[in-house]
Amino acid sequence: MKLWLAKQRYLIDFTLASLARRKTRNLGLLFVYTVLVFMLASVTLYTHALRQEAARVLAASPEVIVQRMVAGRHDLIPPGYMEKIGRIRGVQKMEGRLWGYYYDAVTKANYTFMVPAENPPAAGEIIVGPALERSRGLAKNNGISFRSYSGKLHTFIVADVLPQASELVSADLVLMSEQNFRAFFDYPAGHYTDIALSVANPQEVRNVAVKLAAALPDARPILRDEVLRTYASIYDWREGIVLALLSAAILAFGILAWEKASGLSAEEKREIGILKAIGWETGDVIKMKFWEGLLISLTAFLAGFVAAYVHVFHFAASLFEPVLKGWAVLYPRFQLTPHIDGLQVATLFFFTVVPYAAAVLVPIWKAAITDPDSVMRG
Amino acid sequence: MRPADRALLTLAAGICGFALCFVDAARLRAAAGADEAERTRLVAQLRLTDLALFTEARYTRHPSQADLHSAFQDHPLALEHFPTGSLIAPPAGLARVGADATVASEEGGAK
Repeated sequence: MKLWLAKQRYLIDFTLASLARRKTRNLGLLFVYTVLVFMLASVTLYTHALRQEAARVLAASPEVIVQRMVAGRHDLIPPGYMEKIGRIRGVQKMEGRLWGYYYDAVTKANYTFMVPAENPPAAGEIIVGPALERSRGLAKNNGISFRSYSGKLHTFIVADVLPQASELVSADLVLMSEQNFRAFFDYPAGHYTDIALSVANPQEVRNVAVKLAAALPDARPILRDEVLRTYASIYDWREGIVLALLSAAILAFGILAWEKASGLSAEEKREIGILKAIGWETGDVIKMKFWEGLLISLTAFLAGFVAAYVHVFHFAASLFEPVLKGWAVLYPRFQLTPHIDGLQVATLFFFTVVPYAAAVLVPIWKAAITDPDSVMRG
Repeated sequence: MRPADRALLTLAAGICGFALCFVDAARLRAAAGADEAERTRLVAQLRLTDLALFTEARYTRHPSQADLHSAFQDHPLALEHFPTGSLIAPPAGLARVGADATVASEEGGAK
């Protein structure tokens, strides 16, 4: 074992000396290799963390949301609708939700006005989301006026600001009482925006949705499962777009690495010939080149991955943020919680380290089994 | 120090850095637990369905709730207005055999 270790150390010594003879070329390759791993790892780490964040937070969203559709558009829930839903077996609880959008010409942004089912603010008071607080320079007990769609000006007192920690889901929210909401939007009495349902048995959610669609053909049930899938697909899509943009760089690197690894230069061939002539065995030459491939690809993988981790979770992925996060006037400020997917890391490792290490070995093996004299002359 | 030892030490440092990423991730996850609980509490309390990421249009603010035509609200071949729209995926229900289609077919079967 000791002898084997000593031999490997000598082989590495020799490999490093050989790499140092083509210093600029190898350092250039290592740099490009590291940057490529960094980019791929940044995209996968970021999108996976966002997907996880959405999945965890939205796991608490309503089991079923029922919308009413008129001519393919979302319409208000009329009185009597809830009674019909209440007759469906399996429906445990239902609540009419009141929410809508308001465009604020001052900030040129849309807000989501909403009536909370529990602890609504008192009449004349609102609770605002943290991004709205920032963009309008609001504070607790400040007054703010909004012109409603009927043209009337409504003034509210900011009773509270939602916690900063919840900004990812509450950035643009304006919570108000039902009375204020109906007056502001001229909402007809007894009408709701949609209905949140909870189902007694979670296994029965899909059956309840089927019964619902049968009882109310104009209803559109949206299951929690679909909400979660929507968010998963948003980030799959974005990850795909970024990877598609990066594919040119990946291909260029592939060509560079293949060229470097598979085509031996005359100098390298001569080197192998000399090694064989002075008594190196084919196995030793292959081991030396294996170390070369492993040292370059493993160093690039480790450096690229660690840099990507720091970039994504300590510098908020500043390089890819505009594409991966998206853009909005009222964009929430949030810190991503790191979630590293072992399978993704293993895939990244497999597709970056293994092909290079393998591509190095094949031509070397071919050269190493040839007669030293012809290799040196060749 | 021999070059081989230096190279192996560099690799060992890289492996330690790699392992530290996982340790740091666990630390940050533990530290973010309270904030996450706050977000989850608010989602449950307000019956929220979407992240407040893209506020410019109703189908980007609430992608999971948007009706399938909302991105083409002006006319069926209308071009997308908003920057997010070009980067956001189509609603899950449109991209695959979605809830509407499933429910409709199951409803058809029930009849």
